[in-house]
Amino acid sequence: MRLVLEKRAEASGRMAILSPVIAIVLTLVTGGIIFALRGLNPFSALYVFFVEPLTTSWSIEQLIVKASPLAMIGAGLAVSYMANVWNIGAEGQLTAGAILGSAIPVFFPEFQSPLTLVLMLSLGVIGGMAWAAIPAFLKNRFGTNEILTSLMLVYVIQFVLDWLVRGPWRDPKGYNFPKTIAFSDWQVLPQFQIIPDSIGPVSINLGAIFAVIAVVALAFMMGRTLKGYELRVQGIAPRAGRFAGFSRERTVWFCFLLSGGLAGLAGICEVMSTVGQLQPGISPGYGFTAIIVAFLGRLNPIGALVAAFALAISYLGGESAQVALGISDKTARVFQGILLFYILACDSLILYRLKFLRATPKLAEAKA
Amino acid sequence: MEYLLEALHVTKVFGTLKANDDVTLKVKPGEIHAFLGENGAGKSTLVKMIYGALQPSSGEFRWMGNAVTIPSPAAARKLGIGMVFQHFSLFDALTVAENIALAMPGAFDMKKLSVRITRVSRDYGLPLEPTAVVADLSVGERQRIEIVRCLLQEPKLLIMDEPTAVLTPQEADQLFVTLARLAGEGCAVIYISHRLEEVKRLCHNVTILRHGKVVANVDPETETAASLAKLMVGGDIHVVRAASRDVQGITRLKLDHLRLPADGPFSVELRNVSLDVKAGEVVAIAGVAGNGQSELFDAVSGERSLASASMLVIDGRPMGHDGVNTRRNAGAAFVPEERLGHGAVPGFTLSQNVVLTRHSSDEALVKSGMVSSGGASGVSQRVIKDYDVRKGKPDPEARSLSGGNLQKFVVGRELDRRPGVLVVNQPTWGVDAGASATIRQAIVDLARQGSAVLVISQDLDEIFEIADRIAVISRGELSEAYPASELTSEKIGLLMAGAHELRGTEAKETAHAARA
Amino acid sequence: MNDQVLSVILTIITASTPLLLAAIGELVVERSGVLNLGVEGMMAVGAVSGFGAALMTGNPYVGVLAAIAAGAVLSLLFGFLTLTMVSNEVATGLALTLLGLGISGLMGESFVGQPGVHLERLHIPGLSDIPFLGPILFGQDLLVYLSLLIVAGVSYTLFRTKAGLIIRAVGDSHQSAHALGYSVVGVRYLCVMFGGACSGLAGGYLSLAYTPQWVENMTAGRGWIALALVVFSSWLPWRIVVGAYLFGTITVMGFSLQAYGIGIPSQLLSSLPYLVTILVLVVISGNRALMRANTPACLGQPFVPDR
Repeated sequence: MRLVLEKRAEASGRMAILSPVIAIVLTLVTGGIIFALRGLNPFSALYVFFVEPLTTSWSIEQLIVKASPLAMIGAGLAVSYMANVWNIGAEGQLTAGAILGSAIPVFFPEFQSPLTLVLMLSLGVIGGMAWAAIPAFLKNRFGTNEILTSLMLVYVIQFVLDWLVRGPWRDPKGYNFPKTIAFSDWQVLPQFQIIPDSIGPVSINLGAIFAVIAVVALAFMMGRTLKGYELRVQGIAPRAGRFAGFSRERTVWFCFLLSGGLAGLAGICEVMSTVGQLQPGISPGYGFTAIIVAFLGRLNPIGALVAAFALAISYLGGESAQVALGISDKTARVFQGILLFYILACDSLILYRLKFLRATPKLAEAKA
Repeated sequence: MEYLLEALHVTKVFGTLKANDDVTLKVKPGEIHAFLGENGAGKSTLVKMIYGALQPSSGEFRWMGNAVTIPSPAAARKLGIGMVFQHFSLFDALTVAENIALAMPGAFDMKKLSVRITRVSRDYGLPLEPTAVVADLSVGERQRIEIVRCLLQEPKLLIMDEPTAVLTPQEADQLFVTLARLAGEGCAVIYISHRLEEVKRLCHNVTILRHGKVVANVDPETETAASLAKLMVGGDIHVVRAASRDVQGITRLKLDHLRLPADGPFSVELRNVSLDVKAGEVVAIAGVAGNGQSELFDAVSGERSLASASMLVIDGRPMGHDGVNTRRNAGAAFVPEERLGHGAVPGFTLSQNVVLTRHSSDEALVKSGMVSSGGASGVSQRVIKDYDVRKGKPDPEARSLSGGNLQKFVVGRELDRRPGVLVVNQPTWGVDAGASATIRQAIVDLARQGSAVLVISQDLDEIFEIADRIAVISRGELSEAYPASELTSEKIGLLMAGAHELRGTEAKETAHAARA
Repeated sequence: MNDQVLSVILTIITASTPLLLAAIGELVVERSGVLNLGVEGMMAVGAVSGFGAALMTGNPYVGVLAAIAAGAVLSLLFGFLTLTMVSNEVATGLALTLLGLGISGLMGESFVGQPGVHLERLHIPGLSDIPFLGPILFGQDLLVYLSLLIVAGVSYTLFRTKAGLIIRAVGDSHQSAHALGYSVVGVRYLCVMFGGACSGLAGGYLSLAYTPQWVENMTAGRGWIALALVVFSSWLPWRIVVGAYLFGTITVMGFSLQAYGIGIPSQLLSSLPYLVTILVLVVISGNRALMRANTPACLGQPFVPDR
C-alpha cells in the first residue's frame, strides 16, 4: 500500500472548515496517548488540560488575557502569510513595541494624563512597525530573505531589552533587579467588567478590545476590499498580481508594517497590564505561538481569533496540569507544535484527495 | 517479424473521459509513421502508453510480435523505445553531457560519454558541445540534446512529439534529414504532428486520430493536404479569413526604439524594437519561442517599466513609464501567454478573476476601495455568454476549466471592454480547434471595429489566418512589418533565424516578385 | 600570549563545527530542491537526545549516535508532511522548529544542572604535542575531523558521482527528473534525512563538546544562522567551511572581548553573530548574479506527480 495525493478539480469547501477540527481532534488523541504512556488516565488528564481552564471566572479572565495578544498578532500574521510575506519575527516586534512605549514612563514618570496612555500605545505600535520595517526594507532593496532577517532581529532586540533594563533604564530603587520602575495610573491599561459579580466577575482590559477591533477590521479588509483582494492575489499567484498592476514592494511594506504594528501594540499592552513594567521575559513566546494561531485560523483573521482561544487554553492547561498532575508546563508547547503539524497535514486535504494505492509498478512517469 | 510495434484495441480512460478508444495500429521497422490529429485527439496519451509513462485501461501492445506490458519509461528504453517530448525533460543548470548521463544506464563516466556525444551528434548532423550549460542554448539545440539522448541508446523506435513546433523552418528541414537517415538505418519513427505539409513530405504512413479513435490509416502520397485536414477535423475547417487587407488608419499603438535590458540569465534583451499598429489592423509578431516574446509582452503591458516614456505610445500618449493599470485606463487591454497563474488566478472563481484586470478601469467593480461582487459576477456572466465559455457550475474556479474555455474567458474578459488597443501573446496556444476559431474571429472582429490589435504567436498558420501585417522577432530584435500577402513561410523562416540583412534586399525583391 | 591565541583558535574551531555540520546538511537538502527551515528544532532535539544518551550510558559516542538518530527521525516527520502530504515547506519548517524546541524543553527538564559527558579531544602522542600546531591539527575531537570529511564527501558526491548528479537534477527540475523515471520524492526523502542527521549531530556537538551541559534553548539561533550560511555559500560545499569558521570567529571574538572588559555592552557583542548574519545576507542577496547562478531552481516548490 502506498499513500498518494490526487489533485481535486476545485478546493474543497467542506475540508476547509473541517481541517482545523480534524487537526484538533488528532492532537487530543495524540495527547491522550502521551498521557497514557506516562501512566496517567488520559481522559482526566485531557480534562485538566483543556476543560478545566474554562470552568472558573478567574480562568476565563486569564484566558482572555492570553488570547488577546495571540489574536492581535495572529491576525496580522495571517494577513501577511496570506500575501506570501513571511514575517516570523513578531516576537521581536512585540519587544520593540514594548520598549518604545515604555520610554514614556521611564523618562517622564510624573507625566500622568489620558494622553500618557494614548502616547504609550502609539509608541508601541510605532516601535513594532519600526522593527518590522528593517526586514521589509532589506527585502525590497536587496532581495534579502525576510524569514531569516526578521528572525535574527528577534535575538538582537532581546539583547537590546536586556541591556536597557540592566543598564540605563534600570529602576535605581529596584535592588539591582533588571527592571524599570513600576508603571502606574495612566501608564497601565484600564479594566472593564464585562460580566457582573452575580454571575462571576469577569473583567477585561483595553488590549482585549483592541484585539477584537483588529480582527474585525482585518477580516473586513480581506473579505471585502480591493486591498484584501490584492493581498490574496499576491499570495496565490504573484505573476497574476503583477499583471493586475499590484506592487509587490508595496505589499511587502504593508504586511510588515501591519503585522509589526499589531505585534508592537500587543507588546506595549502586555507591559501596561500583566507585567506592569519593562523587564526581560515580557512575553511567553506570544510572537511565535501567534504563527500557530495564524495557521490554525486558516490564515483568516476571524479564524485567528478562535485559534487564539484554543492556544490560550493550552497555555492555561499547561499551568493547571503542572499543579494537578505534576507534569511539566512545557507539555503545552509540545502540544502546540503537534497541533501545527496536524493542521498543515490536514490543509493538504483541501486541495488534494488522499488515496491508498496498492503496490503496483510505478504508473505515472511523465507529465500528463 | 513484419511489425515492430502493434497496438491492439488499446483503450485509456481518465475518469469519465475516453482519451483513447479501441485504438489498433501497426508500425513497421524503418518506417516514419505519423500520428495526425487535433489537440485533444489522443495522440499524446497513445504515445505515453507506448513509452510506458501511462498504462492502457484495456487492450495490448506487441513488440516485435510478442505481447508486452511497458510499466515504465525505463522499461520502454530497455526495449529500444526512445521519446523526445514536446516539453523537454532537460535540466537548465546542468551541462549537455550531464543531461544525457542522467538518461543513460550503466557506469558513470563523463569523459567517455562526452566523446560518444560528440561522435553521435556529428554523425547525425546534430552538433552539440558536451560541456555547454543547457540554459545558454537555443530551443533547437535543446531539442538536439533530447534526440542525441535517445540515439545514444540505439533505439529501434523513436517517438517525436510535435518536434517542429519549436523550430524555425530551416531547423525543421535539418531535422527531417536526420529522421530520414535514421529510418534508412532501420529505426522506426512515430511522428506526432498536426502540420499537414510536414507529414506529407516526411512520413511513409499516416494514422489519423479524432476524439481518441483511429479514423483512418492512409498513405500520405495519395492524399492531399485538404483531404488529410478533412479526416483530421471531421469536416471542413473554418478559416477565419483568407486574405489580408491594406489598412490606412491612424496609429493607435506605437513602439519606438523600445529597449529593455535582460532581467536575468534566462531572459532576452530587447533591442530597438519599433512597430506601428494602426486602427483597424491586426499585426502579428512571429518567432520561435524564447526570442523575446514574453519580454516584449511585459514591456508593452507595463509589467516592466521602460527607460523612456516615448518608447511606448498609446493613442498619442507616451506611456513607457506608466504601469499596467494606467495603460488599461488609456484604453489598452492585454492577454498574456500563461492562462493559469498570469492571466487568471487558478483558485479564484471566474467572477473574482474579472476583478484582476478590470479593478481600475471598471467603476462598477470597485467602489471606494470595496469590491462589488455583484458587479463582478455581472461582467463574468456576460463574458461567459458572449464567448461561449463552457463550465460545470455557475461560477467555477478558473483552474477547473479546460484550456480552451479558460482562454475564451481570459480573452473575452478583455474584449468585453471594447479596448482601443489589444495585445495578445499566443492567443490559441494549446487550445482546441473550436475555441481557436472563436478566439481568432473575435480578435479580427475587434480590429474591424477600429481597434489596433497586436498578436504575438508562434503558430504560422494562425498568423497567416488573421494578420494584416507580420513582423518577426529574433534574439530580441524585431524585423520590419511586412504585409502578410508579401510573405511566405520560407521568408519568415529566414527572418526567424535572425537574417535581418534580408530587410534591405531580399525581402524587397520578394515583395516585388509578389506584386509582379 | 601564544597560549591565549591557541586557546582562542581552539574555541573558534569548537564554535564553528556545529554551524558547519548543520549547514552542510541543509545544503544537500536545498540542492535537492527542499527548503527545511526546521534546522533549529532538529538541532535542539539532537542536543537534548545526545546529552541524555551520553548521560545514561556514560559514553559520549552513544550520545553522538542518539543525536544523529533524533535529527533524522524529526526530519522524517518534515519529509512526510512536505513530500507526501505536500504541505507548505516554509510553514512546516517553522512548525518543526517550534515542535523541536518544545520537545527538547520537555525532554531536557530533568537534565538541567546535571554535569554532562564531555566528548574528549584526541591525543595522538607525539603529533598532538607539537607546539601550537599540534593541538590545532591533531588534538581536536573526532567530530571536528568528521565535519570536514562530510564536507569533502558532499562535495565529491554532488559533483563527481551519479548520485550527486541526480540530486542536483531533482533540485533543478523535478518535472524533468520525474519524466526520466527518477523518484523525485524518494531522492528528496533521503536528502532531507541526511540534513536531519547532520542537524541532529550539530546539536549533539553543542551539548557534548561545545558546552557539555543542557540548557533550554541552548541552540540560540544557530540553526537559523546555518540556514543563512547555505545562502552565503551559494550552495557550494567548501564555501560552507569558510562561512562557518567566519561565524565561529565572530562569536568567539564577542566572548573574548567581553572577557577583556572593554567598554562595549556585552549584549552588543552577544548580538554580533545575528547582526553579521543579516549583513552577510544583504551583501549576498544584493549580488543577484551570484544568487541566481547556483540557486536550485525548484527550491521550495511543491512537487505532485500527475497521474
